[in-house]
Amino acid sequence: MPKRTDIQSILIIGSGPIVIGQACEFDYSGTQACRVLKEEGYRVILANSNPATIMTDPDFADRTYIEPLTVEVLAKIIEREKPDAVLPTLGGQTGLNLAMELFHAGLVGVPGTPELIGANAESIETAENREKFKQAMIEIGLDVPPSGTAHNMEEAMEVVARIGLPIIIRPAYILGGRGTGMAATMEEFVKAAAHGLDASPVSEILIETSIAGWKEYELEVMRDRNDNCVIVCSIENFDPMGVHTGDSITVAPAQTLTDVEYQKMRDAAFACLRRVGVETGGSNVQFALNPENGHMVVIEMNPRVSRSSALASKATGFPIAKIAARLAVGYTLDEIPNDITKMTPASFEPSIDYVVTKIPRWAFEKLPGTSGILGTQMQSVGEAMAIGRTFPESFQKGLRSLENGRLGLNCDPAEKQYDALDDAELLRLCNVPTPERPFHLGEALRRGMSVDTINAATKVDVWFLDQMLMIVEERAHLATLGFSAMTKRDWKRAKRLGFSDPQLGYLFGVDELDVRKARLDVGVKATFKTVDTCAAEFAAQTPYHYSTYEDTDEVQPSDGKKVIILGSGPNRIGQGIEFDYCCVHASFALRDAGYETIMINCNPETVSTDYDTSSRLYFEPLTREDVLNVIEAENPIGIVVSLGGQTPLKLAGLLPQNLIVGTSPESIDRAEDRELWNVLCNQLNIPQPAGGTAVTVDEALAITDQIGFPVLVRPSYVLGGRGMRIVNDRDELVSAMSELIGFGALGKEGGLSAERPVLIDRFLEDATEVDVDALRDATGEVVIGGVMEHVEEAGVHSGDSACAIPPPTLQPWVIEVIEHYATSIAHALDVKGLINIQFAVRGNQVNVIEANPRASRTVPFVAKATGVPLAKIASRIMLGATLQQLREEGLLKPPVTGHTSVKEAVLPFNRFPAVDPALGPEMRSTGEVMGIDITFGLAFAKSQAASYSALPTDGSLFISLKDRDKPAGIIVAKRFRERGLKIIATKGTAAYLARFGFDVDRTLSKLSDNEGTSAVDLIASGEITFIVNTPSGSGGRSDGSHIRTAAVVHRVSCVTTVEAALAAAQGMAEAAATPMTVRSLQEFHGL
Amino acid sequence: MIREALLVLSDGEVFEGEAIGAEMSVAAGEVVFNTVLSGYQEVITDPSYAGQIITFTTPHIGNYGVNLTDFESRRIFCRGVIVREMARRRSNWRATADLNDMLIAYGIPGIGGIDTRRLTRHIRDTGAIPGAFGTADESTLRAAALVEPGTDGVDLVAQVTTSQPYTLGSGTLRIIAYDFGIKHTILRHLSEYGEVTVVPARTGAVDVLALKPDGVFLSNGPGDPAMSPCAVDAIRELVEAGMPTFGICLGHQLLCRALGGETFKLPFGHHGGNHPVQQVSSGKVEITSQNHNFCVDPSSLDGRIEVTHLNLNDHTNEGMRVNGANAFSVQYHPEAGPGPHDSQYLFDQFARLMASAKGRSGFTRNSMTGYETPGLPTIELGVAG
Ligand SMILES: Nc1ncnc2c1ncn2[C@@H]1O[C@H](COP(=O)(O)OP(=O)(O)O)[C@@H](O)[C@H]1O
Ligand SMILES: Nc1ncnc2c1ncn2[C@@H]1O[C@H](COP(=O)(O)OP(=O)(O)O)[C@@H](O)[C@H]1O
Ligand SMILES: [Mg+2]
Ligand SMILES: [Mg+2]
Repeated sequence: MPKRTDIQSILIIGSGPIVIGQACEFDYSGTQACRVLKEEGYRVILANSNPATIMTDPDFADRTYIEPLTVEVLAKIIEREKPDAVLPTLGGQTGLNLAMELFHAGLVGVPGTPELIGANAESIETAENREKFKQAMIEIGLDVPPSGTAHNMEEAMEVVARIGLPIIIRPAYILGGRGTGMAATMEEFVKAAAHGLDASPVSEILIETSIAGWKEYELEVMRDRNDNCVIVCSIENFDPMGVHTGDSITVAPAQTLTDVEYQKMRDAAFACLRRVGVETGGSNVQFALNPENGHMVVIEMNPRVSRSSALASKATGFPIAKIAARLAVGYTLDEIPNDITKMTPASFEPSIDYVVTKIPRWAFEKLPGTSGILGTQMQSVGEAMAIGRTFPESFQKGLRSLENGRLGLNCDPAEKQYDALDDAELLRLCNVPTPERPFHLGEALRRGMSVDTINAATKVDVWFLDQMLMIVEERAHLATLGFSAMTKRDWKRAKRLGFSDPQLGYLFGVDELDVRKARLDVGVKATFKTVDTCAAEFAAQTPYHYSTYEDTDEVQPSDGKKVIILGSGPNRIGQGIEFDYCCVHASFALRDAGYETIMINCNPETVSTDYDTSSRLYFEPLTREDVLNVIEAENPIGIVVSLGGQTPLKLAGLLPQNLIVGTSPESIDRAEDRELWNVLCNQLNIPQPAGGTAVTVDEALAITDQIGFPVLVRPSYVLGGRGMRIVNDRDELVSAMSELIGFGALGKEGGLSAERPVLIDRFLEDATEVDVDALRDATGEVVIGGVMEHVEEAGVHSGDSACAIPPPTLQPWVIEVIEHYATSIAHALDVKGLINIQFAVRGNQVNVIEANPRASRTVPFVAKATGVPLAKIASRIMLGATLQQLREEGLLKPPVTGHTSVKEAVLPFNRFPAVDPALGPEMRSTGEVMGIDITFGLAFAKSQAASYSALPTDGSLFISLKDRDKPAGIIVAKRFRERGLKIIATKGTAAYLARFGFDVDRTLSKLSDNEGTSAVDLIASGEITFIVNTPSGSGGRSDGSHIRTAAVVHRVSCVTTVEAALAAAQGMAEAAATPMTVRSLQEFHGL
Repeated sequence: MIREALLVLSDGEVFEGEAIGAEMSVAAGEVVFNTVLSGYQEVITDPSYAGQIITFTTPHIGNYGVNLTDFESRRIFCRGVIVREMARRRSNWRATADLNDMLIAYGIPGIGGIDTRRLTRHIRDTGAIPGAFGTADESTLRAAALVEPGTDGVDLVAQVTTSQPYTLGSGTLRIIAYDFGIKHTILRHLSEYGEVTVVPARTGAVDVLALKPDGVFLSNGPGDPAMSPCAVDAIRELVEAGMPTFGICLGHQLLCRALGGETFKLPFGHHGGNHPVQQVSSGKVEITSQNHNFCVDPSSLDGRIEVTHLNLNDHTNEGMRVNGANAFSVQYHPEAGPGPHDSQYLFDQFARLMASAKGRSGFTRNSMTGYETPGLPTIELGVAG
């Protein structure tokens, strides 16, 4: 069946901001889909609020709407663009939910409206509604864990009487897994049920037989219009049932299923797709298997591309999203060629001859109050994938890809921390799923605990444990051999088990480079193999490689001008999709300019690890050893280290210096090294907060004796304000310093050492923060890319605060001063490429906070706001082009003006109800959205709607301020009253306002007073629709933190600065006065 | 503990590894590769691999052990296995023994630690190639590889076929199954439809007709179809007699030769579980299990057959129906074991053909439950439990 000609235009719904559970895998799939559908000649309309994505580049669609993902907005887009079809299956859960809402509103999927392609409303409903889904599975003869719903204790008892123990409880409509529980005894059950009922706002819980400890599997399935079905990949979880697959270490292909079982699962997956009615596209079906008897149950299915499908695509080379998009417009699998072999069709099942391991990365250290224990709700913020010929190799590569300071499965300095644990405690820890579990398991094996003992305690499969044991045994064996006795066979065996050079260096007490030299001397060198979808059965020229230790290398030497681009590794808070965007742009721009680009990265979610993005892709950990291997194989003319965030930058000094292109590593160091930086600012006469560096507590105290409190304390060489805090007195300073000293000993991020001292700066209160992104070339020309004024004051991490282009309140001359400072800093650092500088403006004084001579988080936002492709230009400059040349080429254009763009951060607190959502200098947002409109107020209102905290139009404002903020509070209260909201305040704030003639509508007493209705009650009841609560210093869990937490739980917008409150009021006023309009980026950019 | 071993191909390529399975200083055979991700036990016990050394492209082999019900024949006929990594420890509730122990019990040697991807790419270029491996020195192995005849022109069927007829299943249909190296999974399927009598490869058409069967099944098996002329004669007589006939793999090739057609050897054969095959009539695609080196040349049968199935990878013939007769066959393995279940409708098609030849409108099928099939030949050597 050829492609459909009855549709000409297609609206794709993106997934919005990066949040936990929905990350850049949807940029990868969305970008692929946009590309393919444009190639097929369709007019592609894209709606996505996330500016940091590649897919929202104006090149990828005919019309790109960076607008809030709400029904109202989509309805406007549909009205304006009149698409023939809507494709909802590439935008994650967000895409599906919006499609359902549009369907229920009669806007799509009914006659006279755009058709839903990829999945229709009925199939989405069957898959997404857990009850309906279970019923459907039972209908086709598949087993599901028995379950029932209960609204009170009596019903709960009935359910448990029917299904028995153990059970898991999942409350309805809860956030962050609150109230989820497990129970194995009746006593536990009564407690858990009561707790769950209490946690659910609608008093509803799902009680399901617990099958924690069973084996968990996933199959990635594709189906076309002709009912052809294929399995792209099977995935086996290392962590048994009970840990969300997104938080599990997962392995592809499945390793411990007999073919009989596997085929049964395959049949079940197809039956499931057919029953749910997924007509075309990719789906993911999850299964659990009882390890005692093979009893198989279906857990759930997702009728769309997913995180797992991105992983499966990277794991096999089969581009699921690309093919799903083609299937959605009518092609069948046999009509689509296999991208990789070119000769064979896509209607086949990939066979792979390597093992893929995915390991998640969490951010618990940034979220104090969380338990750090993994469960049925996903909590990780990113993941690394590794490819090796065997599980041990790919597992150890995966562990070192995480960049958590670990070199592999133990055998590194951090393993010392387990010495203090006795065996019983260690085994207990093995049984608690946490990010540390693999290392605990490794240590338990090292102590000689048997695979069976550990399996009995943890239910981790004995095959996996035995594979880990091979690593552990090899380590013991190598230790007895010693460095000088190592033969070729020994080196090869160790490397084949995935030991990194630094691990072996640690073991032998020698430098990693000596290890490298010793093994290379005897001929043990990394060989590169190819990902080809067919286990070498057919010839393939895929430019997609991984390293392993085998006989032969498959990389074809080429003599083009080659440039290596180092990616940014697993997503983490502070280093996410923005950096992937920059790397991908560099690759596109350099390819266009005639270079061969070589990408190295280990993040399976990203566009950068799409084998289509660069001339060649090496799916490798970003460590010195692994990068050197690629350098040796490729012999590049340059390496780009300044676009992937802190990860590649940290490597810069460890790689051949002559190959680093762009700003020199010395310059990077001058900006990062506090002493050198101070000298530079003094020379340039640019004011900066007073401060100094310290390695010990005494040194720290000496500094504060000079500069006074409050101060900002932070480690050097970290990203996203890791470990950073505002310190108000000597006691706090002592405890902050001790903690950082502790990190150093464990090799953790933010650890202290002589080369990495702590920075202590006077904290500038009430300052406006400003970010600048600028470009400079070798001739010394500087172009200011964008000046962003932050909404929240300095002290809220720039990554967590909203910001606007052009600056809405700064005086023009202040902006000029800022641009002037930025230019002189760029000159002084001899920048060749991008530089990001942050300023804090207090009154008339512009202080510089920091400069990063590299791509920053804001580059994609600036590019979308101004139409200037900063990352592309930067990459060309790094390879010698001048700004003038690029202007002539047409790559560098003047920025477009006439509108305001606002970036707003999206925070993960709804997953972590125990964490105080007050903002501070440590970054905690996972993603961002953008609002564009003709004024700041309208753009800000859009940015709030896009970040799922739309500004209220009625209800009550609750206002509770610290003393310093009370004056501004008067204005806030006035403005909100003008908007028709009632004003509720705490006693102190109310009294202050009254003194200025402003009487609030209602005064509430403190929570701790325990009298009458509290703010928390009114938040729960929905009366309070907007909260302004500025935190008053540190200390225990204050009233404020309870209120802010309640706001998160009940999804009430809450701002923690008066600046944000004023911006909100302005937005509400303007939004009320002007009807909302939508406009595409192409129109804003005049394309 | 580690016994170093070498694999030497007849063209001189050498691979370093270590001995696994049964101890043997020299093992020789034709080296082929198989790309299945799961199902090593079925592959190793498939009689079609007689005379061959099987390279698994999947690196980890042995992970889920072996069990008595996944055998595809009464013993093992392949000459050896080549793997990247043999599991030390199995994990699966169905397992009763380790794969390595099974190989030892059956005297099958193997070699592990091999860069199987390098080997596969090599075979892709040279085609299936004679080779020898073991703990012997390189020159001994090279000599053994050079004298190894491969599978062209060797009658391997005689080595694997049953010596005595036997019967399994029950029901209204009576099926005669020619054993050219029949896989147990095929027998499991056929016995769902009726009483199946398995007969030796050299059984004549007269003897078959005397049993008054409702249909004849032509099994898979090893080697060159040109080496079984007497089976070809029998098949011709049966087809001409209007007997409902269904052939799989070697059975498909023998049916082709019985019709006077030609078969030829593919460069490196099809061995895997992921080949797309298109049903010509509907355009539907089946993902199929494949294991053959020889192939039917449909142009040599012009006008006598209708091509029913095509391989979408290399467009070779995958199935045919004989014009003016009650016979059809496929090149691939609809029975799976190992492999996908997409093509099992072909067994129904065979039953329907038999029923309608009998003047009936339908057939009954007793679907398999559980893993055991009574009546299969007992496994000749027990594996440690
Ligand atoms: N009945 C159960 N018993 C134990 N663990 C379960 C059960 N059902 C689900 N889980 C665990 O919870 C995780 C999330 O459940 P799932 O239904 O897949 O929800 P989601 O939509 O969040 O992916 C699963 O990956 C699995 O590990
Ligand atoms: N001296 C200071 N006074 C007030 N706020 C500061 C000061 N220094 C840093 N900040 C705040 O802390 C945040 C993080 O600091 P920054 O140096 O930018 O760290 P990072 O390298 O993590 O971006 C800034 O965005 C700013 O809001
Ligand atoms: Mg799930
Ligand atoms: Mg900063």
